[in-house]
Amino acid sequence: MEAIKNYYLADMGVMLGRSMRHVFRSMDTIITVTIMPIAMMLLFVYVLGGAINAGTDNYVNYLLPGILLIAVANSIGYVSFRLFTDVQRGIFERFNSMPIARSAALWGHVLTSLVSNVISVTVIVLVALVMGFRSPAGVLSWLAVGGILAMFTLALTWVAAIAGLSAKSIDGASAIAYPIHFLPLVSSAFVPTKTMPAAVRAFAENQPLTPMVEAIRALLSGQPVGGEIWLALAWCLGIMFVAYAWAMRVYTKRR
Amino acid sequence: MSQNGIAISVKGLKKSYKNLPVLTGVDFEVKTGSIFALLGPNGAGKTTIVRILATLLRQDSGKVTVNGFDVVSQPDEVRQSISLTGQFAAVDEILTGRENLTMIARLRHLPHPQPIVDDLLQRFSLTDAADRRASTYSGGMRRRLDIAMSLVGNSRLIFLDEPTTGLDPEGRIEVWKIIEELADNGTTVFLTTQYLEEAEQLADRIAILHKGKIIVDGTLGELKKLFPPAKVEYIEKQPTLEEIFLTIINQKTTV
Repeated sequence: MEAIKNYYLADMGVMLGRSMRHVFRSMDTIITVTIMPIAMMLLFVYVLGGAINAGTDNYVNYLLPGILLIAVANSIGYVSFRLFTDVQRGIFERFNSMPIARSAALWGHVLTSLVSNVISVTVIVLVALVMGFRSPAGVLSWLAVGGILAMFTLALTWVAAIAGLSAKSIDGASAIAYPIHFLPLVSSAFVPTKTMPAAVRAFAENQPLTPMVEAIRALLSGQPVGGEIWLALAWCLGIMFVAYAWAMRVYTKRR
Repeated sequence: MSQNGIAISVKGLKKSYKNLPVLTGVDFEVKTGSIFALLGPNGAGKTTIVRILATLLRQDSGKVTVNGFDVVSQPDEVRQSISLTGQFAAVDEILTGRENLTMIARLRHLPHPQPIVDDLLQRFSLTDAADRRASTYSGGMRRRLDIAMSLVGNSRLIFLDEPTTGLDPEGRIEVWKIIEELADNGTTVFLTTQYLEEAEQLADRIAILHKGKIIVDGTLGELKKLFPPAKVEYIEKQPTLEEIFLTIINQKTTV
């Protein structure tokens, strides 16, 4: 019906406003997605940083890309959680029995994930600036960094959507977050991979987060960006397509 | 529109889940402006019927029209003309009562939500609790909010799936009052319940669903004729716990 299409954006706006309230009213979410990454940054810079030789005199500069990815990764469990509760509590049923586009509710969650990550990433960058982070990057480089982070957020959000829509229990819905939390730790986020034992190093260098960390680091430090940015984008796009198709299948099958 | 004053028409409705037949040929009609009660034990298929009528689930076969619209070929028109109150109070617990109602009003694209929301809060005695999160509400309050949300936008037909299950006696009587008021205002009410007493109290017409079929369908008077004639016996009737409870409560409130 024509009316439903005309209201699509307005409806999605209502959905976005609703779940942004969920984010802002959950102390737990704010702590995990913003305060925890900041605490980690403080810990690594002021406690461990002195003993870490990352081959740079400004460790905040080295660390920040990884911290930003950790902040995004930490937020993913909450996407599953919010989706799962909507399915369980019958909120989706209520929306689906109303004259609004069915995908508006789902896209509301996806947009929420994107918007809340923009906010937490901005706060973290501001704190890093206070801690001495400096970057010669121009507007284009910053836009490229924003683009990579947005793609990473979308890719993980759709992975989280699969879990949130198909889980049978709240534990199952949130379990998806753990392997994702683990990925940044075994990458070049904290230390260069060359000090790692061969097997760990092989994993670290070939998992999706390392090219993202490297690409963001190169962009922020004004270095020439190599093939890693394309590798990073390929990973994001690949994960996003597969996860999106899968999540949509689960979503439409629920009818 | 609801031709010939028929709000719901169901003919030869069948639905199986995998190989398990749930509905094996259901037929009934609901008159516009009446209260229709679908009575049946747990697992009889009452919720399945409600979900098909509310376009959340597709039937295997049979013709189903709601307010004159076919649920399969005109789902958007059906959704414009109905409201569903599911089996579990589908309220957003993180939002306040007022925010829940405003959200639904905006999704129904009402131009001036505020007076409508205030009026509903008043009618459902939720004004004092309006700005508290729904998670702090009692079961009865949550159910009232749930039904209030279904009334936003004045749908012509309201589905209430076991609206009093899990409520205490006071809460149940409150919900009964609301349903009677709805019908007085000309809204068609489709109600499912496990309690014969509830159907007796409210419904103009009662259908009993058993093993996937409607085994009886008629007014209370017609149904009573099907039972063996009443015998006069002398028994001492002990008050039920519910009667004791209500007597005490009333004494308290009248003192």
